[in-house]
Amino acid sequence: MTVVRIIPVGDHARLVEVADARAAVSLALWARERGIPATEIVPGAATVLFDGLDGGIDLPAALDAWSQEEPVPAGRQVVVPVVYDGPDLAAVAALWAVAVDEVVRRHTSVEFTSAFCGFAPGFAYLAGLPSEWAVPRLDQPRARVEPGSVGLAGAWCGVYPTASPGGWQLLGRTEAPLWDLARDEPALLSPGTGVRFEARP
Amino acid sequence: MTLEVLDAGTLTTIQDLGRFGHAHLGVPRAGALDAPAAALANRLVGNGRAAAVLETTLSGLTLRTHQARTIAVTGATCEVTVDGRAVAHSEPVSVRAGATVELGRASIGVRTYLAVGGGIAVPPVLGSRSTDTLAWVGPPRVRDGVRLPVGTCEGSPAPLDVGVRRPAGAHLRIAPGPRSDWISDQAWRDLDHAEFTVAADSNRVGLRLHGPPLDRARTGELASEGIVLGAVQLPPSGQLVVFLHDHPVTGGYPVIGLLEPDDLAICAQLRPGERVELRGQSSSGRGAGPSAGSSTA
Repeated sequence: MTVVRIIPVGDHARLVEVADARAAVSLALWARERGIPATEIVPGAATVLFDGLDGGIDLPAALDAWSQEEPVPAGRQVVVPVVYDGPDLAAVAALWAVAVDEVVRRHTSVEFTSAFCGFAPGFAYLAGLPSEWAVPRLDQPRARVEPGSVGLAGAWCGVYPTASPGGWQLLGRTEAPLWDLARDEPALLSPGTGVRFEARP
Repeated sequence: MTLEVLDAGTLTTIQDLGRFGHAHLGVPRAGALDAPAAALANRLVGNGRAAAVLETTLSGLTLRTHQARTIAVTGATCEVTVDGRAVAHSEPVSVRAGATVELGRASIGVRTYLAVGGGIAVPPVLGSRSTDTLAWVGPPRVRDGVRLPVGTCEGSPAPLDVGVRRPAGAHLRIAPGPRSDWISDQAWRDLDHAEFTVAADSNRVGLRLHGPPLDRARTGELASEGIVLGAVQLPPSGQLVVFLHDHPVTGGYPVIGLLEPDDLAICAQLRPGERVELRGQSSSGRGAGPSAGSSTA
C-alpha cells in the first residue's frame, strides 16, 4: 500500500492521504505498533491524522517503510449478535429490491472491519459493505436512536453505543457492550477490529 | 477536604490539561479552554500544571470550603468575595475553613477559573479529570449541592505571578489548513482583516463565527478525516467554526484554516455578539501539501 500525499496541518500534525479506509486503518495500526511518536494517530475514511508529532521524526521516511512492509495482521475479531427488527429493515430491502430475509443474510455475510471512530466514543465506522449496497441517510434524522441500534449509511455500517439523534437506516439492535470504561480497551469496535454480525431471534 | 458547591451557575465543569491518546476511539481531548488562565490559577495556589480546576461559563459560582486552603480566581473578570468581602482576582487568597466563596458574573470574557491548593481530586477517567461536553466523557458537570474532593497541597502559593496580557481589540490569526484549497484565492484574501461576529451557539466544542460568505472553489462533502484543535472548518452553512477543546475527533467538512495556537485562549473568552477580526497568515503555503517522500518540514 502506498501514501498518496502528506498534507501539513500546522507545525505538529500531518494528514496522510491513502487509497481507502482499509489502507487508512492498516497504516494507523502499523504506526501505533511501530511507535511513531505522535500523541494521536487518528484514522479517517481515507486518511490518517498524526497529531502532536515529535519534531525529530522523519515521517515521509517512516511511511516509506510502511509501504514496503507486510501489513499489520488484522486486529481482534468480534461477533456482534443482532436482533433484526429495525424500523428501516423494509426500506433497505426495498432499496436493494430483495426480501427482508435476504437483507439479514447479506448483512451477516459481510466481513466488516472497524475503519475509524467518530460521532461518539466507541461509534465505529465499519467498512466492508459492497458499494452497490450503499443506502442513503434518512431525509429526516431521528431525534433519538436507542443504544445498540445497528444501522447503515452510505456503504458504512455502524452501531450506536449511546442514545443520540441519528440519520442511519436501522436494521436491528444488539446488546453487546460497545463502550465500557471499565475495560482496558473501552471501545469494543476499536479501529482494526474485524466484525461479523450474527442473527439472533 | 471537600469543596461544597452551593450554586454551580449555568455551566461549571472540572478541567485539567485534557485527555490524550484516545482520539481514535472517538474521545475528544477536553481540557481548560483558556489554558494560560488555568495554568496561572494553578501556579498561584502552588499546584502543578496538571491539577484540575473549575471552569465557569459567564455566570457565577458559589462554594464553601470545608478546610482552610489557598484559592485563586483567574480568566474572565468577575467580582470575587469571601464571606461577603471583596478579594483580588488573579492573586492567591487564603480562605478559612467554612468560608463562602462567591464568583460573580463575568464582566469581561466568558470563562473564569478557580484553583484550590491540592486541586480538584475527582477520579480521573482515561487519564484526565476533564469534563468533555461533546460526549460527556469524564466527571459530570458540576451541580448545586455536590461535594468535590480536593487533593493534598504540595507546593507553596506563588503570590507574585502574572498571566498573559492580551492586547485590546483582539484578532484571530488563521494559517492555511489542510483543505484550504476548498476556498478560492480571492476568498482567502477576503478572509484577511474580515470582521466576524461570535454566534450565540458557540461553546466548548467550537467558536462559531458569522461573517461574509466565502467563495468556494469546491463543494460537496469530504471523506471523514481527523480534526486538530484550532481547526477552522467551513460547513455548508458557510458559518466558520473554530474547533475548541471538545471538538469531534473526525469530521466531513473541509478544514480551510488553522488557528494560531496562542489565540485559542482568546477564543475561550470571546462573548456571543462580540466582533472579532481574522488575520490570514501567509497564503503561499495554501493548497495541496508536498507529496510523500519529499520534505514536509
